[in-house]
This record gives sequence, C-alpha cells and structure tokens, in this order.
Amino acid sequence: MDVTLADRIEPRERRGFIHRLLRHRNATIGLAILVAVTAACIFGPIIWAKNPTAIDFAAFGKGPSLHHLMGADDLGRDELTRILYGGRISILVGFLSMVIGIGIGAVVGAVSGWLGGAYDFALMRAVDVALSIPSLFLLLLLSVVFPPGVLSIAFIIGLTNWMRPARLMRSQVLTIKPREYVEAAHAIGSPPWRILLRTITPNAVAPLIVDGTLLMGQAIITEAVMSFLGFGIQPPTPSWGNMLTNAQTFIVSMPWLAIFPGFMVFITVLGFNLVGDGLRDAL
Amino acid sequence: MAVYIVRRLLLSIPLLLGITIVIFFLAHHLPGGPLAMYLNTASVTPEQLQHLTVQLGLDKPVPVQYVEWLEKAVRGDFGHSFGDGRPVVAVIGDRIPATLELMGAAFTLSVVLAFTIGILSALRRDSFFDYLVTVVSYAGMSMPIFWLGILVIMLFGAQLHWLPTAGMQTPGAPFSLADNLRHLILPTCVLAAFTLAQESRYVRASVLDVIGQDYIRTARAKGLPENVVILKHALRNALIPVVTVLTLDAAYLLSGALVTETVFAWPGMGRLFYDSLREGNYPVVVGIAVLVSVLVVLLNILADVLYAVLDPRIKYG
Repeated sequence: MDVTLADRIEPRERRGFIHRLLRHRNATIGLAILVAVTAACIFGPIIWAKNPTAIDFAAFGKGPSLHHLMGADDLGRDELTRILYGGRISILVGFLSMVIGIGIGAVVGAVSGWLGGAYDFALMRAVDVALSIPSLFLLLLLSVVFPPGVLSIAFIIGLTNWMRPARLMRSQVLTIKPREYVEAAHAIGSPPWRILLRTITPNAVAPLIVDGTLLMGQAIITEAVMSFLGFGIQPPTPSWGNMLTNAQTFIVSMPWLAIFPGFMVFITVLGFNLVGDGLRDAL
Repeated sequence: MAVYIVRRLLLSIPLLLGITIVIFFLAHHLPGGPLAMYLNTASVTPEQLQHLTVQLGLDKPVPVQYVEWLEKAVRGDFGHSFGDGRPVVAVIGDRIPATLELMGAAFTLSVVLAFTIGILSALRRDSFFDYLVTVVSYAGMSMPIFWLGILVIMLFGAQLHWLPTAGMQTPGAPFSLADNLRHLILPTCVLAAFTLAQESRYVRASVLDVIGQDYIRTARAKGLPENVVILKHALRNALIPVVTVLTLDAAYLLSGALVTETVFAWPGMGRLFYDSLREGNYPVVVGIAVLVSVLVVLLNILADVLYAVLDPRIKYG
C-alpha cells in the first residue's frame, strides 16, 4: 500500500494537537464545563419537561424544592426551565456574534494585509475609530437603533468585536505573505484570491481560533449585561441576562433568582476562558 | 517630545471626526426620530412638533445637520437637553464629579492591589500564593461585573446590613463626607474587581519577564542585596509596559462604570447615559458618547507619551 509523506505526517500532527489539548489541565476542566452546560441546555428541557412560561401559583416566590429544583420566579415560573431555555439563547447569541466578529475581522484583516497601501490605511483607521468609542456605550446605542431580537443582538455584539481579529489577521497575512511557499504559489500561477484562501488563510487561523474562543465568552457576558440593562433580549424570551433584571428587586425575598442565572454566565465564560488558554498553548 | 505630542493631537482630529460621524448618525436613527421623546407626550401638539423640527433644523438633510452640530460642538455647545431644557454641557457637568469620584477610587484601588498581588506572585512563582492568585484571577476574568454587584449588594446590604447599596448619600440627610465615603465602598470594590484580575496578571508577567534578564543576574553577581536588585533594577523596568496597560484600562473602566452606576444607582455620567437613552433624550446621548470617546482618544495619547517618558530607549520624532 502506497503511503505518501503527507498521509504519514498529517494524522500524527493532528493527534498531537488533541493530545496536547487534553493534557492541558485548564483546557480539560474548561471543556468539561462547556460540554456539561451545552448538553444541559440542549437536552435538559427534554428531561426536565416544563413550560418556561407556565405559571405555577402554588410555587410563586418559593425557593428551591424537589418540584422546582432552582425555585420559582416572581411570576411563579420554574427557574430551572428558564435557565435551560435562557442558556440556549445566551449560548446561541455568543456563538453567532463570535462568528460575525471573527468573520468581519478576518475579511477586513486579510484585505488590509493583502492589498496594503491606501486600503490598509483606510481599514486600520476604521479599526481605530471603532476602538475609540467605549464598547458598552456603542452597544447600547446600536441596540436602540436596530430592531430588538436574537439575531440583531448577535449582529450588534459581533459588530463591536471585529477589531482585534482584524488586527490579528492583518499581522498574520503580513507575516505569511513574503514566505517561500506563497512565492511558489505565485510561481505556479495561482490567482491571488486562491492564494489568499488556500495558501495563506489555513496558516493564519491559529490565533483567530484562540481569539474566537475568548470572544465567545466575552460575547456571552456582553449579551448578559445588555439584557440585564433591558437593551438586549426582551422578555418573555428568557436569557441569563434578562433573568437578572428583576433579581435586584427581589434580592431579599427571592435571593435564588439573583444567584442561578449569574452563576451560569460565570461558569460558562470560565469554560471558554480555560479552553482558550489551553488552545493558545496547544496550537 | 512637545513636537511629538502636538503631532499626535493633530493626528487625532480625523479620528475624532470619524467617531462623531458614527455617533451622530447612529443617534439620528433612534426609533421615532430625534423628537421621539415628545411624540408620547399628549400636551405637545403637532404644530409645536413642527415648530421644534424647524427650530432645531431637523428638516434639513442629515449631513447638513451634522456639519451644523459639529460647528457648535467644537465650541462646546452640544445643544439642550430635551428633559429640562438646560444646556447638555451643564447636565453632563453635574454628573461628572460623581463618575470621577467612583472611577478615581476604583482605579486607585485596583492599581494598588494589582501591583501588590502581581509583584508578590511573580517573586513567589509557583508558590501556593501564586497558584491561588491564578485561580482567583481566572474567576475574576469570567465574572460579569453586574452579577458581582448584585452578589455584593445581597451579602453586605441585604444580609449583613453593613453598608449602603444605592446612591451617593443617605436621602434627606445633610451632606457629610463620611456618609458619602460609606456609599462609595461597595461600588468602588466592584468596579475595581472589573480590571484587577487582568492588571495583576500583566504585572506578574512583566516582573517575571524582567527577572529573567541578564542585567538582573549581573546586579546579583555584583553582590547587591536582593531588595535593591528587586526594587531598583527589576521593578523600574517591569513597570514600563504596565503603565501603558493601566492608562488604557482607565478607558475600559468607563464601560464598567456605566454598569456599576446602574446597579448601585450612582448618579454619574454612565447612569445619565442609560436614563437618557431610555427616554430618547438624544442631545444628551450624543454629548456623553462623544465625551467618553474623546476621553479614550486622549488616554491613548497619554499612554504613548508616558511610555516615551519612562523608557529612554524609545525616541519619538
């Protein structure tokens, strides 16, 4: 059986990467957290089958019990069910806004680094402008301008998070552009878009993956802050952020309402930060 | 150096133009238009709205309005608040001292703690203390600041009744500094925690980096006492990159202040922005957004200048 050199190297390197990642203690803890939280939010509502908007008058204002594991909220809705459904929204928004942020950043950075000159100058000044408006002020302003909804919140958060990926991608493209293998690609007559897509991008993604992981955690916090302030996901759709909006009012009578949603944000973001840390070391 | 500062200030003019354009055009697309705040008021007749539209120049094309707004803005005239008709500058000015008090206290606290913790954990690398600091700072970096605020209110306010959790002073009571400071404690700690985790990591990394340098070995080889090596040789060099990060963090604190002021009902600029945005008081919204952005631009310049002052190896033309 013929085995080419590429076949022999590739799987071994890939195994090496996963191996390194799994041996990284922080990354393992982070992965475990993320798998647990995600699985709970996806499959949890099937097992703990309650309606997130159903009102149980008997449970109104009562703390955790067998019937309501995390208690019930100020309207008598089951807190655990709302945490699980809210988690779907929060993680979805985090994921989408990460994709949007990294997407915009990668394109801007690649174009900037590849074309250089006036394009580079203009795009990098746009990065400077976007970085100069304190993010939360810009986010709140954007959230009022755009119609409310899961997709537009994700879009808005992505729109304020493309600057760092753009700078990363630009510096990667600038580093890789003068390499011999790029020159070789030019020599065999590849068109520029193909070189950018097939030769440069695969070699430039490592820092973007790390940044994307950290961005997802940050995006989940951002969504929570915006929804908490009333500018994000709007009730009755639950999200970890808007579940905390009223928590301050009931801080004495129903303290569990203030604890659980915030803890979910905290533990999930911790998971992303730990995994991001592990990826940085492993990649 | 003076030439460098002037050049940086001149270069920031196009940047500021870009920022104001973004903010102005966004604010103009607030739902219901700039006069949305009056639309829901029954006592305002359509004729009055029409009159206001003409008076404020809102019937002109948006780029024309922007230029007119800019001409006034550079002279410090940001228009009048829709809430009470006072000049925007005065309305914001009333809130600035509260924000400065909170941010100043939080910045000082977080810098002092970050240096102490960062240096100690670098000098005792891999000790239990260092390990503990690492774990806590991971937690700190993953903590949503408003949730920390809620937890703190729950513990120190609602359960223990140790400290006040809202406002700048006891309502109705005459102003006293002690009372004001008691109100300042909780929001300050929360806002300081916002940047502390990251800052102490920077300090630690920077000190570790310097300690591994050859000139530190040389200093030790000369027979200098360890505290002289650390204090005079290591720290002075380790702090250079940290100062830049701290200056930039002051800008980052502005977003944190918005959240903290909202949670603790602290009557500062961030809280004013939040309230104005809810009311649709758009001249105030634009004014604050522009002001905080200008602040960030100035702090960026300050960071670069400080770097040049502290590190004689860096020469700016």
